Amino acid sequence: MESLIIVLVGVLTTVAIYLVLSKNVVRVILGTAILSHAVHLLILSMGGLKLGTVPLLGEEAVNYVDALPQALILTAIVISFAVTAFILVLAYRAYQELGTDNLGAMRGSDDE
Amino acid sequence: MYLLILTILIPFFFSALIPLIHNRVGSIHLGWLVLLVPLVLFSIFTAQIPAISNSDILMQTVHWIPSLGINFTVYLDGLSLIMALLITGMGALVVLYSIYYLSPSDSFPHFYAYLLLFMGAMLGIVLSDNLLVLYVFWELTSISSFLLIAFWYHRKNSRYGAQKSLLITVFGGFGMLAGFLMLHSMTGTFSIREIIATIAQYTDHALFYPAMFLILLGAFTKSAQFPFHIWLPDAMEAPTPVSAYLHSATMVKAGIYLVARFTPIFAGNAAWFWTVTLVGLVTLFWGAYCAVRQTDLKALLAYSTISQLGLIMSLFGLGSAALHFGDGEQGALYGLAIFAALFHMVNHSTFKGALFMVVGIVDHQVGTRDIRRLGGLMAALPITFTFAVIGSFSMAGLPFLNGFLSKEMFFTASVNAAGLPVFGAPTWGLVIPIIAWVASVFTFVYCMIFVFRTFFGTPHLKKADRKPVEPTLGMLVSPAILCVFIIGLFFAPNLLGDYLLRPALNGILPGISGATPHISAWHGFNTELFMTLGIVVIGTVLFLTLRSWIKIIRLQPAGWTFTAVYNSFLKNLKKASNWITTHYMTGHLPSYFAYIFMFFILIAGGTLIYTGALSIDLTSDSPISVYEGLLAAVMAIAAISILFAKSHLAAILLNGVLGFSIAIFFVLFRAPDLALTQLVIETVTTVLFLLCFLFLPEWTAEDSSKRTKLRNALIAIGAGVTITLIGLTVNSGKLFDSISGYFENSYELTGGDNIVNAILGDFRAFDTMLESLVLFIAGLGVYTLIRLKLGKGSGKDEHQ
Repeated sequence: MESLIIVLVGVLTTVAIYLVLSKNVVRVILGTAILSHAVHLLILSMGGLKLGTVPLLGEEAVNYVDALPQALILTAIVISFAVTAFILVLAYRAYQELGTDNLGAMRGSDDE
Repeated sequence: MYLLILTILIPFFFSALIPLIHNRVGSIHLGWLVLLVPLVLFSIFTAQIPAISNSDILMQTVHWIPSLGINFTVYLDGLSLIMALLITGMGALVVLYSIYYLSPSDSFPHFYAYLLLFMGAMLGIVLSDNLLVLYVFWELTSISSFLLIAFWYHRKNSRYGAQKSLLITVFGGFGMLAGFLMLHSMTGTFSIREIIATIAQYTDHALFYPAMFLILLGAFTKSAQFPFHIWLPDAMEAPTPVSAYLHSATMVKAGIYLVARFTPIFAGNAAWFWTVTLVGLVTLFWGAYCAVRQTDLKALLAYSTISQLGLIMSLFGLGSAALHFGDGEQGALYGLAIFAALFHMVNHSTFKGALFMVVGIVDHQVGTRDIRRLGGLMAALPITFTFAVIGSFSMAGLPFLNGFLSKEMFFTASVNAAGLPVFGAPTWGLVIPIIAWVASVFTFVYCMIFVFRTFFGTPHLKKADRKPVEPTLGMLVSPAILCVFIIGLFFAPNLLGDYLLRPALNGILPGISGATPHISAWHGFNTELFMTLGIVVIGTVLFLTLRSWIKIIRLQPAGWTFTAVYNSFLKNLKKASNWITTHYMTGHLPSYFAYIFMFFILIAGGTLIYTGALSIDLTSDSPISVYEGLLAAVMAIAAISILFAKSHLAAILLNGVLGFSIAIFFVLFRAPDLALTQLVIETVTTVLFLLCFLFLPEWTAEDSSKRTKLRNALIAIGAGVTITLIGLTVNSGKLFDSISGYFENSYELTGGDNIVNAILGDFRAFDTMLESLVLFIAGLGVYTLIRLKLGKGSGKDEHQ
């Protein structure tokens, strides 16, 4: 299972990076969103998958799955949402101001 | 008692103090206060002479970074003591001289702060036992030299000279640092004494010769050896006291000191012998040859300093043969060269210091240093003239002056070297005395030019020049003291020899006890005496016929100099770096992303393969159920479809598929908290995307060229493969136990049953708080971006 997820992570990363390398702002943002999906799955698989029960102590189980990656991912999900929201609005504002969503056309002014 | 460490710190302390006190000294010249520092230090070091001359060694250690073997160890032996006395003694004389030399419009606090900074750094070099501490002080002298050369920073030439000296000496210093690190990796210590004690085991080490050449590079650049000598003439833009102090008496001798200090480590082989000797001899000749055609008195002295430094350097090369023979008659014979080197180093500081001060007086009193305009100053400046004669005749090697003694010893050493039975000297050894002799002829000629062109004949002064008169008494004190030394050392050289030079020699040539040199003026009619006589005769003839042959020397085309090479190198370096920068700093985000991912593949992936860490082991994997397999397939297909989505609506829906699939995976992988969060966040994100798409244009097909697309695809696949391989490798084996077991005590530790919540809310509560802060900042950012637009008055989307 772990290896399958890791291969899936590789596919997601490939797609994400191809999108990030694009000139279109929306593609770049989508790329970062997919990249964070990939990273979350990667972190989770590093702790081993399905090796125990849900990490709730009331379950009276012998083994619990690793709770630490879950805590890290929970943080990461929220942060990546914040970043996605911010760059989305940034892209929207940039388009309003500059009239383009093409990164190649967005250049600094001369007096910068 | 940390007296020695204090001697290094006192100048730094006063240097820092000057900006605070210079406004409070009233009518007293700041120089008088500064003068106290070198005087006190000089007396401290003088008080150490009796102990050191008994071959005692003083050592004090302050632990600095003991875990890295870096300690502030101060070490005073004969060699350090000679250098320390030169630094503080010359320092005192130069400060005294500068009080009368500087004009009231100059910034005294800057001048003296830099000068004291230099003095402390220089003392640090000669007293440090730790290589890295030495290196720090070494670079500090370069920096203070830079500041002092550029003291009159409104002049273009000053700035050019300062930059040139800094670039060249720091370049060499950097090489030296690399050499030091190599020494450390060989011997495991940064302590010079410990390296000397153990180096015999490492002479066959692969790094022995690279370390040697790199350290020599540092010494040669600092001591202005050929072909790195070009910075010294330009350093003459500094005020004359600085030239006398840094660029003839002390800083340029730091390289010589380094060679002396490392002689017990590296010497005794042919590479060291020939490199140091030949570089020294070539410098000796080239400096003397160039000095002859100078028209500026200070430039003449600059080249003569280069030449004399070469002489001292070559003596250290010749003397290194002693370590090949070890204790015995031959070792003692060749060791004499090093004794001569030390003696000449002291002598050079005396006569060259005096000569620089003479030039300073001439410049100060007349307003020019141009030989073509000067002449006949003997009548107007009789005292200065006397100093000039004493100084330059000593440099020329004429009797009754200290230069005669060390010059004779130099000839002895060069003649001895011609008879050296090893290192290929039987074939090539004769070259050494020949170069030495020819260079000495040129030395004689420029010494005569210095005296006769300046003080005899008729002047060609312009109206702007002042009418020459002797300067105030204070300006004459320092050169007078130096002249007393020049004469005194001729008549009592063994006082210096026994108390200072011999202990220093024992430190440089450890284990060669047979060397008990005695300096005497008269050896009978031997080769050396005839060499000197020949120099006087030929030199006089050449000087008298100067006008007819100087034209031939001046034929050298203007562009054919080492300085021209340096300039064009610098120009092309600027051009090349400009070209490179404009080509990779494109200003396009995709290019920068491409660099980042390429380096990721190269470094992370490369390390994985290079170190052989890559391993794939599927045995510990948990089983795959059908649903999980299907879900993974759905995600892969959805992800790849995004690349081919025709509208951004389709793309964002596919992204939603990915997000919700991950939520299902979280459920399958026993992570209910994640699943809940992911569901909420994914929904909000999708809505946010859709909202923004209202205002963003529909995306068009990528307009990039096929090549760019191919490049991007390759980078993306490379990064994906790298991530996969790293993940598989990590999954194949655990290097150490997980720390997660600790958190399973969450009920006892925090009173929480949900471990994930306990981690977020308790174990890592600060993290979570800061995470909320990030959310808050992002929210502020979003809000500000939207408000900014409304503020500008384009109310088109105000209803939003």
